Amino acid sequence: MLNLRAIKCHFQTNGQIVRAVDGVNLDIVKGETFALVGESGCGKSTLAKIILGLAPITAGSMSFAGEPLIKFNKRFRRRVQVVFQDPYSSLNPRLKVSTILSEPMWAHGFKRDEVTQRLELVMALVGLQTNAGNLYPHEFSGGQRQRIAIARALMLAPELILLDEPISALDVSIRAQILNLLQDLQDELNITYLLIAHDLALVQHASDRVAVMYLGRIVETGPTEKIFASPQHPYTQALISAVPEPDPTIARNSNLIRGEVASAIEPPTGCHFHPRCPHKIDRCTKESPPLVAREQVQVSCWVIGSGDLNVAK
Amino acid sequence: MSTNVLEVQDLQTHLHLRRGVVKAVNQVSFSIAYGETLGLIGESGSGKTMTGLSLLGLLPRPAGRIVGGSIRLNGRELSQLNQATYAAQIRGKEIAMISQDPMTSLNPVFSIGSQVAAPIRRHRHDTDQTALALATEELHRVRVPSPALRISHFPHQFSGGMRQRVIAAMATACRPNLLIADEPTSALDVTIQVQLMDLLDQLQDESGAGLLFITHDLGVAASLCDRVAVMYAGSVVETAAVTDLYAAPAHPYTRGLLASVPRIGIKTERGRLFSIPGTPPDPLDLPMGCAFAPRCDLVKDRCHRESPPLIDKGGREIACFEVQ
Amino acid sequence: MGAESILKQRSIFASLRTWLGFARFPYIAMTVLGLVLVAAFFGSWISPHSANEIDLAMRLTPPAWLDGGSSAHILGTDNLGRDILSRLIAGARVSVTIAAYAIILSGALGTFLGMAAGYFGGWIDAIISRLIDIQMSVPSIPLAMLFVAVLSPGEAMVVFIIVLSYWTWYARIVRGEVLSLRERDYIALAKVAGVSTPVIFIRHLWPNVLNTLLVLATLQFGSVIVFEAGLSFLGLGIQPPDVSWGGMLSDGRNYIEVAWWLITMPGFAIMMACLASNIVGDWLRDTLDPRLKQS
Repeated sequence: MLNLRAIKCHFQTNGQIVRAVDGVNLDIVKGETFALVGESGCGKSTLAKIILGLAPITAGSMSFAGEPLIKFNKRFRRRVQVVFQDPYSSLNPRLKVSTILSEPMWAHGFKRDEVTQRLELVMALVGLQTNAGNLYPHEFSGGQRQRIAIARALMLAPELILLDEPISALDVSIRAQILNLLQDLQDELNITYLLIAHDLALVQHASDRVAVMYLGRIVETGPTEKIFASPQHPYTQALISAVPEPDPTIARNSNLIRGEVASAIEPPTGCHFHPRCPHKIDRCTKESPPLVAREQVQVSCWVIGSGDLNVAK
Repeated sequence: MSTNVLEVQDLQTHLHLRRGVVKAVNQVSFSIAYGETLGLIGESGSGKTMTGLSLLGLLPRPAGRIVGGSIRLNGRELSQLNQATYAAQIRGKEIAMISQDPMTSLNPVFSIGSQVAAPIRRHRHDTDQTALALATEELHRVRVPSPALRISHFPHQFSGGMRQRVIAAMATACRPNLLIADEPTSALDVTIQVQLMDLLDQLQDESGAGLLFITHDLGVAASLCDRVAVMYAGSVVETAAVTDLYAAPAHPYTRGLLASVPRIGIKTERGRLFSIPGTPPDPLDLPMGCAFAPRCDLVKDRCHRESPPLIDKGGREIACFEVQ
Repeated sequence: MGAESILKQRSIFASLRTWLGFARFPYIAMTVLGLVLVAAFFGSWISPHSANEIDLAMRLTPPAWLDGGSSAHILGTDNLGRDILSRLIAGARVSVTIAAYAIILSGALGTFLGMAAGYFGGWIDAIISRLIDIQMSVPSIPLAMLFVAVLSPGEAMVVFIIVLSYWTWYARIVRGEVLSLRERDYIALAKVAGVSTPVIFIRHLWPNVLNTLLVLATLQFGSVIVFEAGLSFLGLGIQPPDVSWGGMLSDGRNYIEVAWWLITMPGFAIMMACLASNIVGDWLRDTLDPRLKQS
């Protein structure tokens, strides 16, 4: 459905070049939930902006449903929508909910009664009461606002919805409600999701396939089940084991990696992860490892390629 | 018990806002022993942060006020102390705090060294020279690399994780008896989060201080705490040893909360998560009786009339009529 | 810095008001402002004398409550025996008209440029920002002298000079506001939905800067009146026989030792109008700010 090839996004700040996204390939299949996971600064948000046409690409190409994407025209706009993290910032406080929801359809020149019909249908789908349209965003709680944001994304009946951290700003007791709603909508409407998240437990629960990003590059990608069952890249391993489990009997595993994510302004040479990697060899500091298929998973690591990592494990 | 560094009894804190009075902390009781970590778990608006600020004497003024109950630190009553005494004798010396946001907790115009030295100078009355030397030692203790060099650097030259280390160094510089950490890991990435939790463990082992760890993250609490108190709408609904609580949560809210969090390693088969219906109540307009009653699956008539007290039941405390 | 912070800081008046525990609604300031407006619009009906009616027999009559005062001239008369109260009322018309034109025009110009600079960024922002910097580094009074020397003084010229010196305030503040609004997710969502740029301006940006503009315009009202008085005092503004508060100050200057009321009355009028507009502006800001409403 959506294909990205060798996407790069470099931009300048204070005369320095930030390599936010540095050669990413992605293929999202119709009907699936594809998750993009990584820590802050890994480039996942920039990649989201690129897909939405909100950030320019330096190099590479994109195609949607087989057609190359060069200009973000209205036809594409109808087919890809987004739900952002912060339900307070995504709704204009000065507009009524019905205006917020209708705006995408107005922009595409739909007739008045078409909009009204769709409005009622979508509000019912996300579980909003019919009188909600006459209220303003501040009259809703965070969870309800996120329902409104989801409803807005559904108005144009898109094929792909980009979910940018859709539940991380919500209260813990609300998160499951929204997550279940998103799953129901997918089952009912056959929408494809691109889920961008930092929460690995959420990614494991909600996605079919996953790509792990580190400093602008994908280090490992494949079926979610496979990757969580046997992560291969040292970074994926560290990331998964660092997640604090809601189970006090599991000991904290903190010895996997040290240090912090390097800067995207001057990323390390070779493999971007090598300064923090416990298994690095000489080659890692010099050459950047390509994504190589190993069973159903693709991994970008020299050490795994040479088969030495199993010893280290 | 004399081994308790902190005993909070029936603490009540109100916020007087233009639109009404928020009972932010409502009859909250708990205690922390030396060397113990108590997790205070709750969602936004549950009163966990206001509880922490009440202990520190840092309630927003003039809106916030402690209206009842007692806070005893080593047997000394704190709830009636005035601001000057708090600043001179308690804060930074007896009780210290690590706050959530590593970006705004440090003053950008002062060097790291002078900021870490500030509490040392204030409470130990050292000279500038010795205070700075001690600050270097403190930074070394929290594992900031090459501290002698780093003391002359400014906050913007530090990453988020390193800033949290600096803040931890400032907080523990005067060896407080009680450390309050309010969501210290929430703004950090998981791989950095783990390192900070290790540091908190280490600092506590060294000093034997009590730690009040305020968080909304059930995973972080499980990994760090000895005991856990769960707050909902200003009240503690359940207190238990961490292993007991996670193995068998008793209060309907705790149960629902734990069931609604996706976990790594547990197959969900794309199934649905359990979700608690409804939303947390408006703090200005709490329901009568038990605040959780409108969302509870065990609710009975009585729950809407009376609020259940926190009752000791075999080593854990629960505020629920049905479970008792 | 200064331009952005003026809307963020609570001014000394606001703090004083809170401290004194006054009612939230600024009754006194509203009354003063109301009196100025009434004088400006209905001046010819309530004015006891004509503003330029000369009565040399009554020259330098003190205010009515002093020895030698006359009940016909409540605030006294000037060196030509003209009634000071009537002249104040006539001056109010000039002050309010000029302030209204100047604020509307400088507000429109500044808002337009500020919104464009903030939203589009890049070279548009660079050009407009440099223009603002240049304008703010040119002192207004010498600029006014230059224009008056080359062209002729008068109401239109005063408005023109004020617009030239004041649009930068609106431009800077609106630019800053739009810079932060531009980062809101709802702007990104509108773009993703294919909403056109003019619609984004009108539906999403404009209502959000409107409050700021209203507050700034109210605060500027006082400042513009003082500025206009300054120009007229220097002879660069309103020319006789038109009456202005600044011109009255200028006329009264020579009689300061024998008739203090000549400069005190217009001075007091200028001060009260400015103070009232500042207090009302502060109140408006507090009232319109949704963040303050919530807490």
